[in-house]
Amino acid sequence: MSERKYPPFTEIGMLSLALIVIGGIYLSAHIPQHVPLGLPTALLIASAALTVINVGMLTRIPDFNWTRFAQVGKWALAAYLFTAALIEYAFLRNHLKGGPLVILTLSLLVYAVQVPAMIAFTVARYDSPAGAGADGSLAHS
Amino acid sequence: MADTMAPPAVAAEAEHGPPGGPLDFQIVPLKGLPIVGVIMVLLIAAIASNKLWPLEFFHVAGGAAWTIIDLFLGLILGPIMGKMSIPARIEFTTKLMPKMLLIMPTVVTVTLAAGWQLSTYLGTNITGNPLHGWVVASMIVVGVMAILALGLLEPANVAVLFELKKPRPNPAVIERLMKRFIYCAGILGAMQVATLLIMTKLASG
Repeated sequence: MSERKYPPFTEIGMLSLALIVIGGIYLSAHIPQHVPLGLPTALLIASAALTVINVGMLTRIPDFNWTRFAQVGKWALAAYLFTAALIEYAFLRNHLKGGPLVILTLSLLVYAVQVPAMIAFTVARYDSPAGAGADGSLAHS
Repeated sequence: MADTMAPPAVAAEAEHGPPGGPLDFQIVPLKGLPIVGVIMVLLIAAIASNKLWPLEFFHVAGGAAWTIIDLFLGLILGPIMGKMSIPARIEFTTKLMPKMLLIMPTVVTVTLAAGWQLSTYLGTNITGNPLHGWVVASMIVVGVMAILALGLLEPANVAVLFELKKPRPNPAVIERLMKRFIYCAGILGAMQVATLLIMTKLASG
Protein backbone atom coordinates (compact mmCIF):
# COMPACT_ATOMS: atom_id res chain seq x y z
CA MET A 1 0.00 0.00 0.00
CA SER A 2 1.76 3.18 -1.17
CA GLU A 3 1.02 6.17 1.00
CA ARG A 4 1.20 9.90 0.59
CA LYS A 5 3.85 11.26 2.93
CA TYR A 6 2.77 13.57 5.73
CA PRO A 7 4.90 15.11 8.47
CA PRO A 8 4.65 13.29 11.84
CA PHE A 9 1.98 15.71 13.06
CA THR A 10 0.17 13.24 15.33
CA GLU A 11 3.39 11.85 16.82
CA ILE A 12 4.74 15.33 17.62
CA GLY A 13 1.33 16.36 18.93
CA MET A 14 1.29 13.35 21.28
CA LEU A 15 4.82 14.15 22.44
CA SER A 16 3.75 17.74 23.11
CA LEU A 17 0.74 16.46 25.08
CA ALA A 18 2.93 14.02 27.00
CA LEU A 19 5.21 16.86 28.13
CA ILE A 20 2.37 18.92 29.59
CA VAL A 21 0.83 15.81 31.15
CA ILE A 22 4.16 15.06 32.90
CA GLY A 23 4.38 18.68 34.04
CA GLY A 24 0.77 18.62 35.22
CA ILE A 25 1.26 15.39 37.19
CA TYR A 26 4.48 16.76 38.71
CA LEU A 27 2.67 19.91 39.87
CA SER A 28 -0.46 18.08 41.02
CA ALA A 29 1.64 15.59 42.99
CA HIS A 30 3.15 18.47 45.02
CA ILE A 31 0.14 20.74 45.47
CA PRO A 32 -0.66 22.30 47.95
CA GLN A 33 2.95 22.24 49.15
CA HIS A 34 5.65 24.43 47.59
CA VAL A 35 6.45 23.20 44.09
CA PRO A 36 9.78 23.78 42.34
CA LEU A 37 8.68 25.30 39.02
CA GLY A 38 11.83 24.69 36.96
CA LEU A 39 10.90 21.30 35.52
CA PRO A 40 7.23 22.06 34.71
CA THR A 41 8.24 25.39 33.13
CA ALA A 42 10.83 23.68 30.93
CA LEU A 43 8.29 21.00 29.94
CA LEU A 44 5.68 23.65 29.11
CA ILE A 45 8.12 25.63 26.95
CA ALA A 46 9.18 22.46 25.12
CA SER A 47 5.54 21.46 24.62
CA ALA A 48 4.58 24.91 23.28
CA ALA A 49 7.62 24.88 20.97
CA LEU A 50 6.56 21.48 19.59
CA THR A 51 3.06 22.86 18.98
CA VAL A 52 4.50 25.78 17.01
CA ILE A 53 6.81 23.45 15.03
CA ASN A 54 3.85 21.17 14.32
CA VAL A 55 1.71 24.00 12.95
CA GLY A 56 4.69 25.22 10.94
CA MET A 57 5.11 21.78 9.33
CA LEU A 58 1.42 21.69 8.55
CA THR A 59 1.60 24.93 6.57
CA ARG A 60 4.24 23.37 4.30
CA ILE A 61 2.06 20.46 3.16
CA PRO A 62 1.08 21.02 -0.47
CA ASP A 63 -2.65 20.72 -1.30
CA PHE A 64 -3.62 20.31 2.33
CA ASN A 65 -7.37 20.68 2.86
CA TRP A 66 -7.40 23.76 5.08
CA THR A 67 -11.14 24.20 4.65
CA ARG A 68 -11.84 20.80 6.20
CA PHE A 69 -9.15 21.40 8.82
CA ALA A 70 -10.82 24.68 9.85
CA GLN A 71 -14.32 23.17 9.75
CA VAL A 72 -13.42 20.35 12.13
CA GLY A 73 -10.89 22.35 14.12
CA LYS A 74 -13.22 25.17 15.16
CA TRP A 75 -15.81 22.84 16.69
CA ALA A 76 -13.19 20.67 18.34
CA LEU A 77 -11.53 23.84 19.66
CA ALA A 78 -14.85 24.97 21.15
CA ALA A 79 -15.32 21.58 22.84
CA TYR A 80 -11.78 21.37 24.22
CA LEU A 81 -11.77 25.01 25.36
CA PHE A 82 -14.88 24.10 27.36
CA THR A 83 -13.19 21.11 29.02
CA ALA A 84 -10.06 23.22 29.66
CA ALA A 85 -12.24 25.88 31.28
CA LEU A 86 -13.85 23.21 33.46
CA ILE A 87 -10.45 21.98 34.64
CA GLU A 88 -9.35 25.59 35.22
CA TYR A 89 -12.48 26.13 37.30
CA ALA A 90 -11.55 23.13 39.46
CA PHE A 91 -8.09 24.68 40.04
CA LEU A 92 -9.56 28.06 40.96
CA ARG A 93 -12.21 26.41 43.16
CA ASN A 94 -9.35 24.92 45.17
CA HIS A 95 -7.63 28.32 45.53
CA LEU A 96 -4.66 27.46 43.34
CA LYS A 97 -2.63 30.61 42.62
CA GLY A 98 0.77 32.00 41.67
CA GLY A 99 3.29 30.17 39.50
CA PRO A 100 1.56 26.75 39.53
CA LEU A 101 -1.71 28.35 38.36
CA VAL A 102 0.06 30.16 35.50
CA ILE A 103 1.85 26.99 34.36
CA LEU A 104 -1.25 24.82 34.58
CA THR A 105 -3.34 27.46 32.75
CA LEU A 106 -0.81 27.72 29.93
CA SER A 107 -0.60 23.90 29.81
CA LEU A 108 -4.37 23.78 29.43
CA LEU A 109 -4.09 26.28 26.58
CA VAL A 110 -1.59 24.01 24.78
CA TYR A 111 -3.94 21.06 25.39
CA ALA A 112 -6.95 23.02 24.08
CA VAL A 113 -5.08 23.87 20.87
CA GLN A 114 -3.10 20.67 20.31
CA VAL A 115 -5.92 18.14 20.64
CA PRO A 116 -8.34 19.88 18.20
CA ALA A 117 -5.42 20.33 15.79
CA MET A 118 -4.71 16.56 15.88
CA ILE A 119 -8.40 15.76 15.31
CA ALA A 120 -8.67 18.26 12.44
CA PHE A 121 -5.40 17.03 10.87
CA THR A 122 -6.53 13.39 10.95
CA VAL A 123 -9.76 14.29 9.17
CA ALA A 124 -8.18 16.70 6.67
CA ARG A 125 -5.31 14.39 5.67
CA TYR A 126 -7.79 11.89 4.23
CA ASP A 127 -9.68 14.68 2.53
CA SER A 128 -6.99 16.56 0.67
CA PRO A 129 -7.83 18.47 -2.55
CA ALA A 130 -5.60 16.05 -4.42
CA GLY A 131 -7.94 13.33 -3.22
CA ALA A 132 -5.26 10.85 -2.21
CA GLY A 133 -6.52 8.19 0.19
CA ALA A 134 -4.60 6.08 2.66
CA ASP A 135 -3.75 3.72 -0.14
CA GLY A 136 -2.60 6.53 -2.41
CA SER A 137 -5.63 6.02 -4.63
CA LEU A 138 -7.90 8.77 -5.92
CA ALA A 139 -10.96 7.18 -4.36
CA HIS A 140 -12.66 10.47 -3.51
CA SER A 141 -11.97 12.40 -6.69
CA MET B 1 -11.32 6.67 -9.26
CA ALA B 2 -11.07 3.82 -6.81
CA ASP B 3 -11.66 1.11 -9.36
CA THR B 4 -8.85 2.29 -11.59
CA MET B 5 -6.25 3.59 -9.14
CA ALA B 6 -6.63 1.42 -6.04
CA PRO B 7 -4.95 -1.95 -5.49
CA PRO B 8 -7.20 -4.92 -6.40
CA ALA B 9 -7.91 -5.88 -2.78
CA VAL B 10 -9.03 -2.36 -1.95
CA ALA B 11 -11.06 -2.05 -5.12
CA ALA B 12 -12.76 -5.35 -4.32
CA GLU B 13 -13.60 -4.11 -0.83
CA ALA B 14 -14.91 -0.85 -2.26
CA GLU B 15 -17.54 -2.82 -4.14
CA HIS B 16 -19.04 -3.67 -0.76
CA GLY B 17 -19.28 0.02 0.12
CA PRO B 18 -22.64 1.65 0.74
CA PRO B 19 -24.62 2.10 -2.46
CA GLY B 20 -26.62 5.19 -3.30
CA GLY B 21 -24.44 8.08 -2.09
CA PRO B 22 -23.49 9.26 1.37
CA LEU B 23 -24.81 7.46 4.43
CA ASP B 24 -27.53 9.20 6.39
CA PHE B 25 -26.24 9.81 9.89
CA GLN B 26 -25.13 12.71 12.05
CA ILE B 27 -21.43 12.91 12.89
CA VAL B 28 -22.33 14.60 16.18
CA PRO B 29 -25.77 13.39 17.32
CA LEU B 30 -27.48 16.70 18.09
CA LYS B 31 -30.14 15.00 20.24
CA GLY B 32 -27.43 13.98 22.68
CA LEU B 33 -26.01 17.48 23.19
CA PRO B 34 -28.68 18.63 25.71
CA ILE B 35 -28.00 15.51 27.78
CA VAL B 36 -24.27 16.29 27.77
CA GLY B 37 -25.11 19.89 28.73
CA VAL B 38 -27.22 18.77 31.69
CA ILE B 39 -24.49 16.40 32.90
CA MET B 40 -21.89 19.18 32.67
CA VAL B 41 -24.09 21.61 34.63
CA LEU B 42 -24.62 18.95 37.32
CA LEU B 43 -20.88 18.27 37.40
CA ILE B 44 -20.09 21.97 37.90
CA ALA B 45 -22.73 22.09 40.65
CA ALA B 46 -21.15 19.04 42.32
CA ILE B 47 -17.69 20.63 42.24
CA ALA B 48 -19.05 23.96 43.48
CA SER B 49 -20.95 22.30 46.36
CA ASN B 50 -17.82 20.31 47.34
CA LYS B 51 -19.98 17.69 49.08
CA LEU B 52 -18.97 14.04 49.36
CA TRP B 53 -22.03 12.33 47.86
CA PRO B 54 -22.32 14.22 44.53
CA LEU B 55 -18.55 14.10 44.01
CA GLU B 56 -18.44 10.39 44.83
CA PHE B 57 -21.45 9.74 42.59
CA PHE B 58 -19.96 11.47 39.55
CA HIS B 59 -16.51 9.95 40.05
CA VAL B 60 -17.72 6.39 40.65
CA ALA B 61 -20.51 6.43 38.02
CA GLY B 62 -18.28 8.10 35.42
CA GLY B 63 -15.29 5.90 36.24
CA ALA B 64 -17.37 2.71 36.09
CA ALA B 65 -18.83 3.72 32.72
CA TRP B 66 -15.37 4.63 31.36
CA THR B 67 -13.80 1.35 32.53
CA ILE B 68 -16.65 -0.84 31.32
CA ILE B 69 -16.89 0.85 27.91
CA ASP B 70 -13.12 0.58 27.34
CA LEU B 71 -12.98 -3.07 28.43
CA PHE B 72 -16.10 -4.05 26.49
CA LEU B 73 -15.11 -2.19 23.33
CA GLY B 74 -11.48 -3.25 23.35
CA LEU B 75 -11.80 -6.86 24.43
CA ILE B 76 -15.30 -7.96 23.35
CA LEU B 77 -16.77 -5.71 20.68
CA GLY B 78 -13.48 -5.02 18.86
CA PRO B 79 -12.70 -8.65 17.98
CA ILE B 80 -16.37 -9.21 17.00
CA MET B 81 -16.28 -6.18 14.67
CA GLY B 82 -13.09 -7.48 13.11
CA LYS B 83 -14.95 -10.63 12.00
CA MET B 84 -18.00 -8.83 10.59
CA SER B 85 -18.57 -8.36 6.85
CA ILE B 86 -17.62 -4.93 5.46
CA PRO B 87 -21.24 -3.71 4.96
CA ALA B 88 -22.22 -4.92 8.46
CA ARG B 89 -19.15 -3.26 9.95
CA ILE B 90 -19.93 0.02 8.17
CA GLU B 91 -23.53 -0.03 9.37
CA PHE B 92 -22.46 -0.84 12.92
CA THR B 93 -19.78 1.88 12.82
CA THR B 94 -22.23 4.58 11.66
CA LYS B 95 -24.45 3.73 14.63
CA LEU B 96 -21.75 3.30 17.28
CA MET B 97 -19.14 5.96 16.54
CA PRO B 98 -21.34 9.10 16.65
CA LYS B 99 -22.55 8.04 20.10
CA MET B 100 -18.99 7.39 21.22
CA LEU B 101 -18.09 10.91 20.12
CA LEU B 102 -20.40 12.29 22.79
CA ILE B 103 -20.20 9.58 25.44
CA MET B 104 -16.44 9.21 25.88
CA PRO B 105 -15.40 12.86 26.32
CA THR B 106 -18.33 13.38 28.69
CA VAL B 107 -17.56 10.29 30.76
CA VAL B 108 -13.83 11.11 30.92
CA THR B 109 -14.39 14.77 31.85
CA VAL B 110 -16.91 13.83 34.56
CA THR B 111 -14.65 11.15 36.05
CA LEU B 112 -11.49 13.26 36.11
CA ALA B 113 -13.02 16.57 37.25
CA ALA B 114 -15.07 14.93 40.02
CA GLY B 115 -12.11 12.69 40.89
CA TRP B 116 -9.73 15.60 41.43
CA GLN B 117 -12.28 17.45 43.57
CA LEU B 118 -13.03 14.28 45.54
CA SER B 119 -9.33 13.77 46.11
CA THR B 120 -9.06 17.36 47.37
CA TYR B 121 -12.10 16.83 49.62
CA LEU B 122 -10.66 13.62 51.10
CA GLY B 123 -7.15 15.05 51.29
CA THR B 124 -5.63 12.13 49.38
CA ASN B 125 -3.83 14.50 46.97
CA ILE B 126 -1.91 16.12 49.80
CA THR B 127 1.71 14.97 49.98
CA GLY B 128 1.52 13.83 53.59
CA ASN B 129 -1.50 11.57 53.05
CA PRO B 130 -0.64 7.83 53.28
CA LEU B 131 -2.60 7.18 50.07
CA HIS B 132 -0.91 10.01 48.15
CA GLY B 133 1.37 7.62 46.28
CA TRP B 134 -1.65 5.73 44.95
CA VAL B 135 -3.25 8.98 43.79
CA VAL B 136 -0.07 9.92 41.92
CA ALA B 137 0.00 6.41 40.40
CA SER B 138 -3.58 6.88 39.21
CA MET B 139 -2.62 10.25 37.68
CA ILE B 140 0.23 8.57 35.77
CA VAL B 141 -2.05 5.81 34.43
CA VAL B 142 -4.74 8.34 33.49
CA GLY B 143 -2.09 10.57 31.89
CA VAL B 144 -0.90 7.78 29.60
CA MET B 145 -4.50 6.86 28.79
CA ALA B 146 -5.33 10.51 28.03
CA ILE B 147 -2.41 10.84 25.59
CA LEU B 148 -3.51 7.70 23.73
CA ALA B 149 -7.19 8.65 23.75
CA LEU B 150 -6.68 12.28 22.73
CA GLY B 151 -3.90 11.68 20.22
CA LEU B 152 -5.06 8.49 18.52
CA LEU B 153 -8.53 7.31 19.51
CA GLU B 154 -10.54 10.54 19.33
CA PRO B 155 -9.07 11.73 15.98
CA ALA B 156 -9.69 8.25 14.50
CA ASN B 157 -13.27 8.34 15.75
CA VAL B 158 -13.99 11.71 14.08
CA ALA B 159 -12.07 10.91 10.88
CA VAL B 160 -13.86 7.60 10.27
CA LEU B 161 -17.20 9.38 10.54
CA PHE B 162 -16.15 12.03 8.01
CA GLU B 163 -14.92 9.27 5.69
CA LEU B 164 -18.24 7.44 5.96
CA LYS B 165 -20.10 10.65 5.09
CA LYS B 166 -18.38 10.90 1.72
CA PRO B 167 -20.29 9.88 -1.44
CA ARG B 168 -17.73 7.10 -1.95
CA PRO B 169 -16.04 6.20 1.34
CA ASN B 170 -12.61 4.68 0.97
CA PRO B 171 -12.69 1.23 2.66
CA ALA B 172 -8.91 1.28 3.13
CA VAL B 173 -9.12 4.51 5.13
CA ILE B 174 -12.04 3.21 7.20
CA GLU B 175 -10.24 -0.08 7.84
CA ARG B 176 -7.08 1.72 8.95
CA LEU B 177 -8.88 4.19 11.22
CA MET B 178 -11.12 1.52 12.76
CA LYS B 179 -8.09 -0.68 13.45
CA ARG B 180 -6.43 2.27 15.16
CA PHE B 181 -9.60 2.89 17.17
CA ILE B 182 -10.09 -0.71 18.23
CA TYR B 183 -6.41 -1.39 19.07
CA CYS B 184 -6.30 1.83 21.04
CA ALA B 185 -9.48 0.88 22.90
CA GLY B 186 -7.91 -2.53 23.65
CA ILE B 187 -4.78 -0.94 25.14
CA LEU B 188 -6.92 1.46 27.15
CA GLY B 189 -9.03 -1.48 28.31
CA ALA B 190 -5.91 -3.26 29.56
CA MET B 191 -4.78 -0.08 31.32
CA GLN B 192 -8.19 0.17 32.95
CA VAL B 193 -7.30 -2.98 34.89
CA ALA B 194 -4.48 -0.97 36.49
CA THR B 195 -6.96 1.81 37.24
CA LEU B 196 -9.30 -0.72 38.89
CA LEU B 197 -6.46 -1.99 41.11
CA ILE B 198 -5.48 1.53 42.16
CA MET B 199 -9.04 2.75 42.73
CA THR B 200 -10.10 -0.26 44.80
CA LYS B 201 -6.97 0.20 46.92
CA LEU B 202 -7.83 3.91 47.38
CA ALA B 203 -11.43 3.08 48.30
CA SER B 204 -10.26 0.43 50.78
CA GLY B 205 -7.88 2.85 52.52
